[in-house]
Amino acid sequence: MQLSKDLMAASSTPLVLGVIAEGETYGYEIVKRVEALSKGALNWTDGMMYPLLHRLEHQQYLTSRWRVGDSGRKRKYYAITEEGLKVLREQQQQWHVINDALNQIWRDLKRSSNDGYQPV
Amino acid sequence: MMAINQSDTTFDIEQNIEQWRAYVLRHAAIHADDADELESHLRDQIDALMQTGLHTDEAFMIAIKRIGNLQAVSSQYAEVHSGRLWQNLVFATDNKGWVGDFISAFWLALAAALAFQIPTFFGVTPETHEWFFARTISLFCLPFLAAYWVVKRQLGTAGWLTVTGVSAGAFVIMNALPWQAESATSTLAVMHLPMALWFLVGVMYTGTWWRTDARRMDFIRFSGEYAIYFVLIALGGGILTAFTVGMFSFIGLDLAWFAQQWIIPCGAMGAVVIVGWLVEAKQGAIENMAPVLARIFTPLFTLLLIAFLVAMLVTGRGFDVQRDVLIGLDLMLVLVLGLVLYAVSSRDPGKVPSLFDYLQLVLVGTALCVDLLALGAISGRIFELGITPNRVAALGENLILLVSLSGYAWHYVNFVRNRCGFAALERWQTGFIPVYVMWAVIVVALFPLLFGF
Repeated sequence: MQLSKDLMAASSTPLVLGVIAEGETYGYEIVKRVEALSKGALNWTDGMMYPLLHRLEHQQYLTSRWRVGDSGRKRKYYAITEEGLKVLREQQQQWHVINDALNQIWRDLKRSSNDGYQPV
Repeated sequence: MMAINQSDTTFDIEQNIEQWRAYVLRHAAIHADDADELESHLRDQIDALMQTGLHTDEAFMIAIKRIGNLQAVSSQYAEVHSGRLWQNLVFATDNKGWVGDFISAFWLALAAALAFQIPTFFGVTPETHEWFFARTISLFCLPFLAAYWVVKRQLGTAGWLTVTGVSAGAFVIMNALPWQAESATSTLAVMHLPMALWFLVGVMYTGTWWRTDARRMDFIRFSGEYAIYFVLIALGGGILTAFTVGMFSFIGLDLAWFAQQWIIPCGAMGAVVIVGWLVEAKQGAIENMAPVLARIFTPLFTLLLIAFLVAMLVTGRGFDVQRDVLIGLDLMLVLVLGLVLYAVSSRDPGKVPSLFDYLQLVLVGTALCVDLLALGAISGRIFELGITPNRVAALGENLILLVSLSGYAWHYVNFVRNRCGFAALERWQTGFIPVYVMWAVIVVALFPLLFGF
């Protein structure tokens, strides 16, 4: 299934913030984690995620530092800030609202189609 | 299977990553730090793909594909870091060379400012001895700029002797000759001396005693940037002076005399040296401006010249050019020569002829026609009204422009017809500079003797 561009763009911030909220991590890991969470449906253009990370860092939702990982490879690690956690919670509420609304409409549609209503 | 193994052995992963990285870094919005981050991502991706059984080259190809279109990625970077596309000249303290250069520039600027003030200690002020200052003003500053390059290029004793010798010679010519006050020859000398001195700066600037074509081209580029930066600094200086005088006049202190005697002359003399340092320091950090202006104004000046030629031919005024028109024409031709000079200096010699080269050719062609017209007019005036220093100077300048422009035209025609490379045109350009200078020296040094000062 191919997700629409708008949906990917809108969901990228909460997803990235959420993954980083699980613990300090780096770009490649974030991409892999998001891919696993969406069962492969969300595959970003990898390069596009870094400007997003930098933007979130500019907005002070993230902090970053260079660290040499276990493999001996130098990587830039990102961690979430208090500010970032606050934004993540707000996003969570907003997505809940949308999620609830959508769930409601899916249920109503199902019920009305069971009533014999045929959408034109 | 054989084929894959073969490609695997010939594939150098490190070299390929390095090439990719260099390509990434060519995008202005992506800095080395970001390239590091992208590279570590690429390497992680390659490792993961190779663990699934892919060969290095295949893993490399897929990983690069997954990074995405670098143009799009770079524009995202630019959006986040909006300042990055505006390259900044950072006066970083870790660049020791700049600080050292600035210190020598600063002392020489100070020396130039003091040199201007020395005569005033003996009662010779710009107000009382206007002509002395007009004749000598370029000698107060340009030798110091030349001296800056002697220091910077480490030209040693020979450099110092040349600068001192030429300046002393010029000083003697300008001040010891029995000039008549405000004669045509003295005005001409005042106008032509800076050009001769600028060449002295150029010889020192090249650091190779004007021997290599590449350095000569560098000096042409330097001159264009110098002119632009000098104007900018002068504007800044003007505003600073206006504020100084204005703010103090609000509280009842009149500083106009101070601005006139100290700030403006010392600032101007010092700026001559400081701008030289600045242009060299910003080289590489900021795009050259002169070629950009040349590109913008080449089509416009071509239009102007064509319109002017047509108007002259239609109205029949072409053969009856008056003095003022002639001066205007010559100034315009010099400007056109400047446009050509900077268009040539910024062109990548390796590129094939483009539309802009044809445009240049049209510009040079029309300039040639205008020059011929001016030549006709000036010889007419000499035949009718006799020889004067001004007319001879104009004749000489138009003749030199004729030769120079013909050379450009010839080389441009050959170039657009693919008969010769662009390098030949560049050589013509740099080779002709000493001719302009020699003419300037003749006007300064020989005209007074020929025309009785």
